Amino acid sequence: MITQVPGPEIATPSVDWLAVSPLIAMVGGAIAIILVRSIARRSRHAYPASIGIALVAMAATAVLLVIQWHDVTDEGPTSTVAGMLRLDLFGVFLSAVILAATLLTLLASSGYLRRERLDGPEYLALLLLSAAGMMAMTSANDLIIVFLALEILSIPLYVLAAYDRRRLASQEAGIKYFVLGAFSSAVFLYGIALVYGATGTTSLTGIADFLARNTLIEEGGLLIGIAFLLVGIGFKIAAVPFHMWTPDVYQGAPSPVTAFMSSATKVAGFAALLRVFLIGLPLFGDTWRPAVAGLAILSMVVGSVLAIVQSDVKRMLAYSSIAHAGYVLIGVTAAAASSGDAAERGLQATLFYLLVYAFMTIGAFTVVTVVARSSHDARHALSDYRSLATTRPVIAGVLAFFLLAQAGVPLTGGFVAKLEVFAAGADAHEYYLVIIGVLSSVVAAYMYLRIVVTMFDTEGDVDAPGYVRARLEATVSIALLITAGLTLAIGIAPGWFLELAKDATLAL
Amino acid sequence: MLYEFDAGKPGLQFVEQYDWFGDTGVSYLVGVDGVSVFMVVLTALVFPLGLLASARLDVRVKAYTFWFLILETSIMGIFLAIDLIAFFIFWELLLVPMYFIIAGWGHENRVYAAMKFFLYTMAGSAFLLVSILTLGFLHQSATGNLTFDFRTLMEWNGLAESTEIWLFLGFMVSFAIKAPLFPFHTWLPDVHTEAPTFGSVVLAGVLLKMGAYGFLRFSFTLFPDASVDLAPLLLVLSVIGILYGAIVAARQRDLKRLIAYSSISHMGFLVLGIFTLTTIGLDAAVIIMVSHALTTGALFLIVGFLDERTHTRIMSELHGIWRAAPILGGLFLFATLAGIGVPGLSGFVGEFLALLGAFVVHRWYAVVAAIGVILAAVYMLYAFQQSFTGVPKGVTEKLRDLNLREIIVVAPLLLLSVGIGLYPKPILDRVEPTMKALIAHFEERTDYREPQQSGEEAEPRRSEGTRPRGGPGHSRSGR
Repeated sequence: MITQVPGPEIATPSVDWLAVSPLIAMVGGAIAIILVRSIARRSRHAYPASIGIALVAMAATAVLLVIQWHDVTDEGPTSTVAGMLRLDLFGVFLSAVILAATLLTLLASSGYLRRERLDGPEYLALLLLSAAGMMAMTSANDLIIVFLALEILSIPLYVLAAYDRRRLASQEAGIKYFVLGAFSSAVFLYGIALVYGATGTTSLTGIADFLARNTLIEEGGLLIGIAFLLVGIGFKIAAVPFHMWTPDVYQGAPSPVTAFMSSATKVAGFAALLRVFLIGLPLFGDTWRPAVAGLAILSMVVGSVLAIVQSDVKRMLAYSSIAHAGYVLIGVTAAAASSGDAAERGLQATLFYLLVYAFMTIGAFTVVTVVARSSHDARHALSDYRSLATTRPVIAGVLAFFLLAQAGVPLTGGFVAKLEVFAAGADAHEYYLVIIGVLSSVVAAYMYLRIVVTMFDTEGDVDAPGYVRARLEATVSIALLITAGLTLAIGIAPGWFLELAKDATLAL
Repeated sequence: MLYEFDAGKPGLQFVEQYDWFGDTGVSYLVGVDGVSVFMVVLTALVFPLGLLASARLDVRVKAYTFWFLILETSIMGIFLAIDLIAFFIFWELLLVPMYFIIAGWGHENRVYAAMKFFLYTMAGSAFLLVSILTLGFLHQSATGNLTFDFRTLMEWNGLAESTEIWLFLGFMVSFAIKAPLFPFHTWLPDVHTEAPTFGSVVLAGVLLKMGAYGFLRFSFTLFPDASVDLAPLLLVLSVIGILYGAIVAARQRDLKRLIAYSSISHMGFLVLGIFTLTTIGLDAAVIIMVSHALTTGALFLIVGFLDERTHTRIMSELHGIWRAAPILGGLFLFATLAGIGVPGLSGFVGEFLALLGAFVVHRWYAVVAAIGVILAAVYMLYAFQQSFTGVPKGVTEKLRDLNLREIIVVAPLLLLSVGIGLYPKPILDRVEPTMKALIAHFEERTDYREPQQSGEEAEPRRSEGTRPRGGPGHSRSGR
């Protein structure tokens, strides 16, 4: 159903309910959980009930996303709510990735919440709300929606980061994330204002139209606006030099929340980046493309080099996620290439990388959650992983697999993802980016191997009193099985997933 | 497969293809030609022997076998792959099992060595990947067809000269690290020394050949112009490698390290043979590949058995091994002689042909390289003299001799070495069509592209090189 901008006689814009249905399902689930909580109070059944509600909401969202996918494949992309939202395969694809990340986080955290004696229902509600914000971000077609989505996804995350309120590090993480996040939101909002001032509209397609039809006499305001938008999004995707918060927040936040932040938030951030810059500002590609390439280089180099000198596994993974943002940015740079073929390839590579990265990183942080079990999520030092393979060979093996996948070893999804972004970079003639990318992945490989070596070290004192005793809960096993299985499957037979990512690039 | 391989055909045989990555131009595409068929057979030979050799292993046997088989898979993949990306995937995959085998079952410094191996190779493959991708996309933008099938890319002629040189250098870094050529060799002694016996055998027997194989299979066919232009550079590096490896080997105290440095020297001959760009030199290269795998593999196995018994590989601590363990000593001497190129054994055929090829084309390189042969005799015999002759003393006094299993492991390698030394014709027959096609490819391509510049410079060199093909080519088959 194609809905055009309404005429003046209609007060409210017509809404394509299918397009917004996944958001409604997620938010509805969150509200239902809060209601159950307030009715059931301290009942023992409140938590299982809210898990049930969350699962139902996510299942409904999954079904709706599949319906949307088929709908859009048949009828082409549409805009709705007065052109505020756009229903296309790009948004559906990334929403699905976010949904998967949310589900896996839920699996990883269900046992965690119980054993740390944290309130479960609110946690789930916040998780669903944040995910709803991210999904809105993937289908935003207006800077105002991008900003709203940014806030909807961020505010629950601030709370989640500080959720383990008895632990000081978690509180610190929450405050740090909140202060810097609020600041970056303000910068982003200022960017919106400046762009609006220059073009007279906040609609992304409107901005592109305006810039195509008019030449600005004074470009300064628009350029500063573009820079501010980039800074605001750069903060969310944790690209250097806007990464300062990442290691501290990732380290301090409860480990399952870190998994969620590093995967889903990053996906949403990149969705915003691609939407705003590829749809809204394609004509200024020559202006912002070098800036994005610069962010890519800095992120890759700083991320992988600083990861080496860390002694805390969560911090290492935080820096590695910064480096990963750099690799994705290569794809983004390629997606802005002048030749259509290379651009499509770049976009496909970006989407594919985000998909694979979500699974790899959630898997790794889930293992981190498991290992820190006995220390109440406090001990993540590299030395706590010594000889893990001797006592818990399966857990160590799974973590080693995720680390190798992140290092880009063949037959894992990480390899194919890296191959695709590098291929896209080469296709777009960004050779210097690709060379820096491959070299920095060698540096990063050293860091991943450091963890692997420590785990497989046989000389650790496994009988020491403070030694890590990890145990797997059933839900965590399922999460690990899904992430590891998919990472491996994508590595061996990536064809189907690549096709999906390719379809999602259509008609953006 | 060796038997069914049609000796007359220069092209690829047993080709199979499946789509792998959807429509991104990557496919699972395998096949063999005259060069790879031997490497595949060699791999298939070395691995069962290696497993037999490590039968005494008693720590984490399951994991060991797991990595072992993955290693074999990836090496097979490397030698079989026709698609460049598939080749690269196996090339990278190789790192993981090798890393874990070295780090898990190696000697004292194993973690350091394993890390060094991983990072060196990965840095090399970084350049390889960039070059492969660039080549693929340049081909796409010229012809509109995205493929990494090297047969298609080989037929394509659209590279600018400077691009070709850059791409060649990108491939070269990766292959030179693996080979290893002189300035890129520093990982090898550490890794060889710290690896478990089987790891060293695979490294020496198969991994080192991958670099040379890469040059032959990919660099030459894809970048003929650049290969011709840059051949002098590689010749110089290989001659430096020959002498440097030999001289440093002479100063080693550890038997395994000594063999490792001698490998650098031997690999110099291999690359020397390749970059003479003559049929005879290329034939020599393949012979050296096979022969070095057999002899050095045998040497590492024997030293490994020795180490299991004495727990030291320092030569000054070992005395009179021959008298204490005659079979071990005898086999070691045999392998030593084969390695240093005594006529009638396989080392001789390869080095002789390589020198012959080099002599015809670049006389002085051959003269200097020949010094390496003499040095090889010096360091190997010196080592033998110090550790194996004389009266047993200290750790060697109660040395047990090799048991039947260990003899079974070593014997086939040495027997094959004798076989090749006496009658190399079966190998040459299978290799030669491929090499002739390769040279023909050079002639066609370099003439076609740049008749004035590189063609002029390269042409007389090749016509000189092809002349002796008839002469020694016939006589050597009778040897």
